[in-house]
Amino acid sequence: MSIDLSTTLGSAWFPAPVFTASGCASSGKELAQFFPLQEIGAVVTKSIMTKARHGRPTPRMAETPSGMLNSIGLQGPGIDAFLANDVPWLLEQKARVIVSIAGETVEEYSSLARKLRAVPGISAVEVNISCPNVENRGLVFACDPDAAHAVIDGVRRTLGGELPIIAKLSPDVTNIVEIAKIVVDAGADALALINTLLGMVINLDTMRPHLGGKTGGLSGPAIRPVAVRAIYQVHAAMPKVPILGMGGVASGRDALELILAGASGVSVGTASFGNPEAPIKVQRELAELLAVRGFNSLREAVGFAHRVETQ
Amino acid sequence: MAGINRHAKTMIATLVSNKRVGQYHQLILDVGGAVNDFRPGNFVAVAVGGDRSSMVLRRAFAISRISDRGAYGGTMEIIVAPHGSGSRWFCAQPEGSEIDVIAPLGQPFGIPTHPVNALLVGGGYGSAPLFGLAEILKDRGCTVDMILGASTAGKIYAPLEGKRAVNTLRIYTEDGSMGTAGRVTDPITELLAANRVDVIYSCGPMGMLRAISALTANTDVVHQCAVEESMACGVGICMTCVLPVSDEAGVVTMKRSCIDGPVMDGALVQWDLVGQVLPVNE
Repeated sequence: MSIDLSTTLGSAWFPAPVFTASGCASSGKELAQFFPLQEIGAVVTKSIMTKARHGRPTPRMAETPSGMLNSIGLQGPGIDAFLANDVPWLLEQKARVIVSIAGETVEEYSSLARKLRAVPGISAVEVNISCPNVENRGLVFACDPDAAHAVIDGVRRTLGGELPIIAKLSPDVTNIVEIAKIVVDAGADALALINTLLGMVINLDTMRPHLGGKTGGLSGPAIRPVAVRAIYQVHAAMPKVPILGMGGVASGRDALELILAGASGVSVGTASFGNPEAPIKVQRELAELLAVRGFNSLREAVGFAHRVETQ
Repeated sequence: MAGINRHAKTMIATLVSNKRVGQYHQLILDVGGAVNDFRPGNFVAVAVGGDRSSMVLRRAFAISRISDRGAYGGTMEIIVAPHGSGSRWFCAQPEGSEIDVIAPLGQPFGIPTHPVNALLVGGGYGSAPLFGLAEILKDRGCTVDMILGASTAGKIYAPLEGKRAVNTLRIYTEDGSMGTAGRVTDPITELLAANRVDVIYSCGPMGMLRAISALTANTDVVHQCAVEESMACGVGICMTCVLPVSDEAGVVTMKRSCIDGPVMDGALVQWDLVGQVLPVNE
């Protein structure tokens, strides 16, 4: 029996529930050698900014127990080159595309959204308000309720009602449910949970911070329980708001855990660095695990960990 | 850019030989017919630590030589220095182990279409991929001179059979424990002055590659160097292994050493800017 693996994030429908995570698939071309991009739910692009950006100095990564720190700093070609080159290529591959955007100001997010409004074929916009690898920590809009509201509100007004907005939140806050409610109130259709956690490694040879940018974002299986907790808390508070879950997913079992906690879809990030076939592998394993547990569709499993005992 | 790493495959390769060679391990893996797509300068990304490993990232190693004959059909050789937790695990694997690999990855060395005077310069175990390259250059009628350097004798990798592929081999150690006391840059200066070199192929520490680029600057000598930056993915998606590289028009951007390299034109790498924040584009 084949299971219905389709899912929705706001008004966007996807035939499959596994996505790439932004910043972990570059622009998609690099992974196309390893699996057909159209077989997963969507490619979530790296977070794109207005201007081309070189990013942070090297070293940019450090492996940590069951995870890694990265300190890329949003290196990218800028929105115009990105829309001219990367998006058309993805659409030619028949991949669904979620464009992730990042800005330094509320206005930059709105102007990026204005450029996306005119682009046909995009499934949704991920508004990354939680990248930790920026020089000014004040840029982490997702750590400030007013700033988070202002960004999402600006993007919503610019986009109108057409493209679904997925707000990507940081786990580095005291109360993620509060931030989640604020961005939904401001017009987010869905939430991406969670971005990396801010971390640091000291190099014992130099006896200084190892990363060129000193701090980096912690990802990988080490943070999966944090993701499961954040998804569970937000789904409990707002069960109707779809969540794109991410954080250390490397297998179908990990993906199912996030789905049971309340995620409608799951992104694979750091696992793709260790295995570029990870997204398609996770999706296959997830389908098998759902079948074994008697689910007829992915939708039945979303938030199943919250069910009330009926006996 | 479509068709990045178009020969790359994920494979389970059997470790058919694991021998200690000085301070290094020579590991030979059965990769079957895939070996026909491997070129000198390509690298392999190896999953380490087994299924339940806490090491989530692959380790990148230069493919030093390949063989398409023998009992296994196709094998690749990797020379590994067991100095980190991942490479120690790899070197501790017994023959017969099943190893999860992705290969071939990255841009290989460019091979000249006409016979030229080629100088191959290796630092430490960076010499390993140069022996496979030397065989191909020799087959193309090139003159192949090789200079190897390291801090001390135990860190020189120079297998007997590899020496047959080169016209001359000179060894330099900083402590004088093998060959001539000194650095590889000393003889390169003399060879360049004597107009004895058309192309330099180099592999080794970044400081050595940088020093060679300084010697070939303002000359007609092409310097193809295999760079080394720490990598998370090896396939172009993580953006960690970048270094500043100029294009022909002089515009400097951060290129990925995994897919734009590891072999790069030493004249275009902006050695002074490695590890720095680049100025903002306008």
